[in-house]
Amino acid sequence: MKNYPLLNRIRESRLFLPLGALAVILIFDAIYAPGFFNIAIQGDHLYGNLIDVVNNGAPLMLVAIGMTLVIATGGVDLSVGAVIAISAAMGAVLINPALGNQLITNEILTRDATNTPLPIIILADLAAGTLCGLWNGFLVSRARIQPMVATLILMVAGRGIAQLITNGQIMTIYYTPYFWFGNGYIFGLPVSVYIVAIVFILAWILVRKTSIGLFIESVGINSKSSYYSGIDEKNVKLLAYAFCGFCAAIAGLILSSYVHSADGNNNGLNYELDAILAVVMGGTLMTGGRFSLFASVIGAVVIWTFTLTVYTLGVPANALLAAKAVLVMVVILLYSDYFRRFLNRFSEHKGPEHGRAN
Amino acid sequence: MAENRNILSMTGITKTFPGVLALDDVDFSLRKGEVHGLMGENGAGKSTLIKVLTGVEQPDAGIIELDGRSVHVRSPQHSQELGISTVYQEVNLCTNISVAENIVLGHEPHRFGVLAWKKMNALASQALKRLEIDIDVAQPLGNYSLAIQQMVAIARSLEFTSAKILILDEPTSSLDVNETNLLFDVVRKLKSEGLGIIFITHFLDQIYRIADRITVLRNGKLVDTYDTASLPRVELIAKMLGRSMTDLDAVSKSKVEHEQKASGECLLEAKGLGLKGSLEPVELALRVNEVLGLAGLLGSGRTELAGLLFGVDTPDSGSLTLSGKTIQRFSPLESLKNGIALCPEDRKAEGIVGELTIRENIILALQARYGWFKFLSAEKQNEIAQKYIQLLGIVTPSSEQLAKNLSGGNQQKLILARWLATNPQVLILDEPTRGIDVGAKAEIQKLVLDLAAQGKSCVFISSELEEVLRISHRIVVMRDHKKAAEYSGDVNDQTIMQTMAGNL
Repeated sequence: MKNYPLLNRIRESRLFLPLGALAVILIFDAIYAPGFFNIAIQGDHLYGNLIDVVNNGAPLMLVAIGMTLVIATGGVDLSVGAVIAISAAMGAVLINPALGNQLITNEILTRDATNTPLPIIILADLAAGTLCGLWNGFLVSRARIQPMVATLILMVAGRGIAQLITNGQIMTIYYTPYFWFGNGYIFGLPVSVYIVAIVFILAWILVRKTSIGLFIESVGINSKSSYYSGIDEKNVKLLAYAFCGFCAAIAGLILSSYVHSADGNNNGLNYELDAILAVVMGGTLMTGGRFSLFASVIGAVVIWTFTLTVYTLGVPANALLAAKAVLVMVVILLYSDYFRRFLNRFSEHKGPEHGRAN
Repeated sequence: MAENRNILSMTGITKTFPGVLALDDVDFSLRKGEVHGLMGENGAGKSTLIKVLTGVEQPDAGIIELDGRSVHVRSPQHSQELGISTVYQEVNLCTNISVAENIVLGHEPHRFGVLAWKKMNALASQALKRLEIDIDVAQPLGNYSLAIQQMVAIARSLEFTSAKILILDEPTSSLDVNETNLLFDVVRKLKSEGLGIIFITHFLDQIYRIADRITVLRNGKLVDTYDTASLPRVELIAKMLGRSMTDLDAVSKSKVEHEQKASGECLLEAKGLGLKGSLEPVELALRVNEVLGLAGLLGSGRTELAGLLFGVDTPDSGSLTLSGKTIQRFSPLESLKNGIALCPEDRKAEGIVGELTIRENIILALQARYGWFKFLSAEKQNEIAQKYIQLLGIVTPSSEQLAKNLSGGNQQKLILARWLATNPQVLILDEPTRGIDVGAKAEIQKLVLDLAAQGKSCVFISSELEEVLRISHRIVVMRDHKKAAEYSGDVNDQTIMQTMAGNL
């Protein structure tokens, strides 16, 4: 054990697997899709597959950050995809003057103007998402419903709510400033990257510079012991779900901005599963406990690098899910006890020999 | 009685863990038809020895011989195939399925591809009959007492193996007197059938009742193996501790010294405090400088009372006043803020947070009182952790070890450390010495008396009457979910036992 402290530290780190997976995919790309790494300057910004990974992956990274906290408490939030749709619908409706049953004419819809000031739209989005999170948190912490069941309610109902907001229509957005979140650039990098960075730092401060991170882990490991120790486990859980909703709302804002529309049925579809995958890849156990925000973000990056690699190789979009299944299988295998033991045995075999050489 | 033929002999067993020599050249042998007590303090190496024997851990050196043939135990499953059965301290069964299912789990009899329920129940009944237990095996396991559950675990471990060796690891730690007697009857029966039984416990009187020979381990080394009849108790303790009984004597002395002090003002007072279905209204007054012993059988309401005092449950009658102020809201967090602390009975489920480090476990309650935004700095956390690791003598290579890796006694000290760090006024200890060794017991008892001497008050709950008598200034006896009697001054164990049993 003492022979390769650095090697062991790396191996035991939560970052080992997601970074390893990322490296494997990138090496694969370097061999089979050399064009993958090309980055060109187009106009005032950078352009290329790697930029797409971070830009397209930004919403998932955000959701993964929120999901990490929820999973660390020993729960899960299946409603993030629906919350994304609600947030997107809110944005679209507040921009377009089509509330109620007013006849929506082409002239109204295509007007490059907004009915509501942009800051209000953002605030309303975030408030809606946080409210959804609070609802989940209330069901889990106060009503004591199992997290999977509790969030399943909003997972199903949320898409209905999103459609109610948009009157059942797919709403195209024509308000140009709104597009900035998903398509804009600052110093050559996508705006979404900065948003992820800000949310990440915010979350990091929240969990590592206050006692909330410790309490989340403690509650996730042993909720009863935590309660007996005086930890306010109900509010810890409530906070985790609320923050997860908040993150999903930002993701919804970026997604609807990126595609210029709000679609209650398809915005953020399957995001809950991708986010869970990203968190699991980041080494957080589904049963709760220790977590790493950064590892989860890397997990999200892996998923999107994988997705874009598959596209680059020319695999048709409808085969993507099958390809993803392979990724999921590999991840599950890598995290199995059996594989862990294999790794441990491998390093133990090397240990004594090295010791003797000394 | 025991024949002199060894069915198991372990020679020169050595096992190292990172930084710890857990077993150092240990020899152990087991004869056919004997009960062999394995004794030692926490961390003496008992568990590791058992783990080596059951294939959970591989020894670094040493030979294991079964019936004279050298074997290499590869895995727990392999050890079962070799005829070694183990029943652990915590019952590893499912309480929500039937007794029969628990017994045959993994070996279910099938008929045309579906479960043969009748055959299964018959098999299970038969297995229990062997232990002279006659119960309805179709009932869910959870409907039966812990003792019966323990028997079911034994029946299960014996049923599908041709067991030659049965290991009982702390089987009695959650059983009451009658249940223990029941278990001992079963052990004697199995012994007469020729099984070799390894019995691990912290209860000295039980070892003397049941064991033919005793092997003592200390700090990973073999002290020796003795015939029970030729080893007086005091000597056994001395061998386990590597020192004499003076520590325990010192505890009694320090109690006497503080006896006079414990007549101060009333600190915590319960007036008719009760909760329907849990505890009938109780009157209780806890004074400054006092250790109040709470005696009673398992399920007598001791733990329920502790829970109400600490606010785990909200009482529906009566009131609780602390230093003259009535407590309005009941929750552990409120109690923490009021300076009331509880070391709960079930340290695994309600005490430690296993995957957190020792440091994090120690600061947990203090941090909970400080709340979300007043986060203790890393230096401050280390300082507090180091302070209490030293103060309580928690044995660990570093404060960054995970709490789950500590031995039982050290986990208990860890929980104590967590609460001492919050500097409580009232400390409620529910079975703080259960399952821990004599040395650590004396340390904890001494600590409780020291705290009382420093102006704090303690409520001390224990199943071991001798311990309650030793350190309490007053004793409240609980029976049938209500307060049965209160004693102060000189009272002997006979009186208290009669009160506990209700023959007064």
